[in-house]
Amino acid sequence: MDFFIDDYDVAVIGAGHAGCEAALASARLGCKTIIFSINLDAIANMPCNPSIGGTSKGHLVREIDALGGEMGKNTDKTFIQSKMLNTSKGPAVFSLRAQADRRRYQMEMKYTLEQQENLDINQAEISDITISENKVVSVRTARGGVYRVKAVVLATGTYLKGRIILGDVSYDGGPDGMFPATYLSRSLKEAGIELMRFKTGTPARINAKSIHFEEIEEQPGDKEITPFSFENEALEKEQIPCWLTYTNEKTHEIIKANLHRSPLYSGNIKGTGPRYCPSIEDKIVRFADKERHQIFIEPMGENTDEMYVQGMSSSLPEDVQYEVYHSIKGLEDAKIMRPAYAIEYDCINPTQLKLSLEHKTIEGMFFAGQINGSSGYEEAAAQGIIAGINAARKVLGKEPFILDRSEAYIGVLIDDLVTKGTNEPYRMMTSRAEYRLILRQDNADMRLTEKGYQLGLISRERYEKFLKKKANIEKEIERVKNTVLSPTEELNAILREKGATPVETGIHISDLLRRSEIKYDDLEPVDGNRPVLTRAEKEQVEVCMKYEGYIERQMHQIEQFKKLEKKLLPKDIDYNEISGLALEARQKLNKQKPESIGQASRISGVSPADISVLLVWLSMKKGK
Amino acid sequence: MKENTIAAIATAPGVGGIGIIRVSGEEAFSVVAKIFRPKDASFNLLAPKANIMKYGYIMDGETKIDEVMVSFFRAPHSYTTENVAEINCHGGIVILNRILSKVIEAGARIAEPGEFTKRAFLNGRIDLAQAESIIDLITSKTDLARQIAAKQLDGFLSSKLKEIKTDIYDVLIQIEAGIDYPEHEIEEVTREKLQSVLENAKNSLAQMYASFEQGRIIKEGVRTVILGKPNVGKSSLMNTLLKEERAIVTDIPGTTRDTIEEVVNLRGIPLRIVDTAGIRETTDKIEEIGVNKAKSEIAQADMIIAVFDISRDLTEEDYEIIELIKDKKSIVIVNKVDLEEQWNPKEIFKNQKILNLSAKNKIGLEDLEEEIESLWRNNDFSTGEDVILSNLRHKNLVYNALNEIDSALDALKLDLPVDLISINIKSLLDNLGEITGENVNDEVINGIFSRFCLGK
Repeated sequence: MDFFIDDYDVAVIGAGHAGCEAALASARLGCKTIIFSINLDAIANMPCNPSIGGTSKGHLVREIDALGGEMGKNTDKTFIQSKMLNTSKGPAVFSLRAQADRRRYQMEMKYTLEQQENLDINQAEISDITISENKVVSVRTARGGVYRVKAVVLATGTYLKGRIILGDVSYDGGPDGMFPATYLSRSLKEAGIELMRFKTGTPARINAKSIHFEEIEEQPGDKEITPFSFENEALEKEQIPCWLTYTNEKTHEIIKANLHRSPLYSGNIKGTGPRYCPSIEDKIVRFADKERHQIFIEPMGENTDEMYVQGMSSSLPEDVQYEVYHSIKGLEDAKIMRPAYAIEYDCINPTQLKLSLEHKTIEGMFFAGQINGSSGYEEAAAQGIIAGINAARKVLGKEPFILDRSEAYIGVLIDDLVTKGTNEPYRMMTSRAEYRLILRQDNADMRLTEKGYQLGLISRERYEKFLKKKANIEKEIERVKNTVLSPTEELNAILREKGATPVETGIHISDLLRRSEIKYDDLEPVDGNRPVLTRAEKEQVEVCMKYEGYIERQMHQIEQFKKLEKKLLPKDIDYNEISGLALEARQKLNKQKPESIGQASRISGVSPADISVLLVWLSMKKGK
Repeated sequence: MKENTIAAIATAPGVGGIGIIRVSGEEAFSVVAKIFRPKDASFNLLAPKANIMKYGYIMDGETKIDEVMVSFFRAPHSYTTENVAEINCHGGIVILNRILSKVIEAGARIAEPGEFTKRAFLNGRIDLAQAESIIDLITSKTDLARQIAAKQLDGFLSSKLKEIKTDIYDVLIQIEAGIDYPEHEIEEVTREKLQSVLENAKNSLAQMYASFEQGRIIKEGVRTVILGKPNVGKSSLMNTLLKEERAIVTDIPGTTRDTIEEVVNLRGIPLRIVDTAGIRETTDKIEEIGVNKAKSEIAQADMIIAVFDISRDLTEEDYEIIELIKDKKSIVIVNKVDLEEQWNPKEIFKNQKILNLSAKNKIGLEDLEEEIESLWRNNDFSTGEDVILSNLRHKNLVYNALNEIDSALDALKLDLPVDLISINIKSLLDNLGEITGENVNDEVINGIFSRFCLGK
């Protein structure tokens, strides 16, 4: 029997990385918020690898941090190894990644949620969402408890109708031994929401004491640690290494001999798996000529011997898994603690959403994370903070908060999902960002702190600190542009030492910085009026000067891009009535109802001529 | 879609006396300033004080391309309400295309179908009633353009482009895979490899760019000018070649006041034959236009047929013609051989083949056709082994792509990081992709996953 429990502004369903950020953002914006999890011990769990960040994902974490989110801070508190990747490449693609202590990460996040004002936590499976007159009105737990709510954020991860598969064994289940969410899919279908079925997988965990570490390569962290959060200037930490080994011919033979038992090939798995996260059997089949594949062994934490075996995700039967793992150098005697498995789950077609992550026709219903067809903790958290902010703003009667493709990777991620949709779990990549040089991880605070402050998620203290940093950088850029260094022997000695051509006349510091060999710090001995700057400030000056031409070029492209983004399309347009649009464009536009001309231009099947027609039509409408 | 400065030929295609190239946008004046040399050297091209028209030359470096009048309209007092410059030049499609190319090189881009009118409307210059028809205009012109483009893409252009793009995509995919998966065993693209791929692409694209000229010949025919003093028999010759009475043939000098163009297929060679008013100093105002035009036609001609009258003594005009054809691909015809010989052609044209003809009595026509054929036989007009860039928009995109290659090569020289160079490479592929209509980002991401074994 149903029973009423309480009223809330916002209910968040699911307490993974999306749910946590959504709940925190909503509560911090002053909304009475409740977050549900099937099991409170699964809050902020990492059911796959125990690591946060990496290429483009590290960018997302820093953006979340600049907006006042939690993922970066929580990682800084609980990491056991940190690495800046891609440092041999350009500054736009430097990427921070940390190995986290999984349990401590969960505990810290859970504690943060517990302490958060306006936020309640409840262990329950939500079975129904009640919608009345196209508006969310309440949620109901599987136990019959009813909460009246003004908005809901669905962040169900891989729990919706989760099904676990290991070879010929399969059963209903959520990730990492949790129960699945059995009922909610039906409620969503009844609300007219289009569902899809996706698949992902994870490798086995093995016991460290059974690994022959002397046979495999050690992978240490960076000597100088770069924190994720802009609130942390420096971090000290005794780091724990990761390890590297490889598959070999024998491994591949075992897999080939057992392919018929893999559900991916027998047809037992129907969901669409990601190309960038292939199972080991997938890799062997698709890249048959590759002699070996890398296997990274990552510790799951400080107080555990469980090790994650990256690169060995699989849905082969458990007996085959033993054989496969034992064929690998260093893992000959490996004891498997948790076997690899594949998981299938329900998600929604994300083109049903607005850029605010609210459903296009059901008011107050927001979606974030893997339910939107994405993959990855960071992608989930990024959507979570946006959905949480917008659910709260909806309740507070404010305009939605939207980041566009030129402002943040978060903008690229959400725009890609809701505009183009996806037919496999979507992973963020630097290649997806058009304005990569502007969207760097080092300047995420420059891009977004102001917005975070305006939203109400960044404290006054942090904001003022940010303004000071910004002013220091701007002032120093002005100075290096206007300061001429004399062609002294001292300067030329520095230039020669760095392999650069000496100068014969005076030269601006900015021009010297444009040379690839010269770093900002190199010129210190000959630059007497230099102010004292932090490492982060120097980095900004250096990057801004070194790549000024390219940066300007992208800024110019962004200006052009913004013009079309600002031309908004009313949502009640019937595109069938606009003469001159191609048939395909009419159908696509009517289905998706884009928010701006810019978004319309990214829908496949909408041509530049269609966009011209829309522009003319839009201005005719204004004239009337 | 960028709201920058646009340009297009504003007059109807065909053989008008005057053609207009319209340039509109914030940078319209500075674009034109790069290629227009006004006679009035003190005139400030960047900031004309009022709407004004100026006489001068369109320049290609130090070479004069055409003698023009340029009208400057300051925003908002123009058709589009933006800064507008209109170049009034000689009307042939070749000269118009050549000037438009220069305008594009100077920083404008080709206007989309109906874009001037669209801008006029969006800027509030045209009222609602007029706007209804703009949508039709955009769609009809776009459909036409689409058909033309589709035809071209069937052929060599797309396959040749694909060939060029394959190598570039390969390195870009490798670069991007390396960036997104730094810990996987992805071979780094060496700078040498990058340089050689870019240089190869540069060579192929430059060749393609150069083939634009040949493309024009194939599309428009071998531009053939029939030259000769008045009443020397040019029109009869043209009529004979056309096999129909087109130009008015009389024996009063100066009947053909303007040029007449016709296309004829001669033994498989498309000839665009231009009959000009006779080269003659004249005081007749109307005829003067024709005579000046003839001189500019000579400059644009691919081949000149110079006609001399054997029955009259050579005059100063004949000598002027001999001077004019000196550096051109030309055929010398001695006409009216059925009449009495007044001078000796062998003395005048010592090193030149002379064809004897009587256009009236159709003597020597066979020889003429043979000579034309031998001159153009080596140009394959039916297929074209080389890629022919005959569409100015394509030429423009290839030009932009070449610029991106140069920037990428510069960046390589400066030892800039590879992800910056990839910005140029992407942009280069974007330009080429606009010809064939593909999305570069999608191609790259698909390429990454199909070529490399990645992921946890």
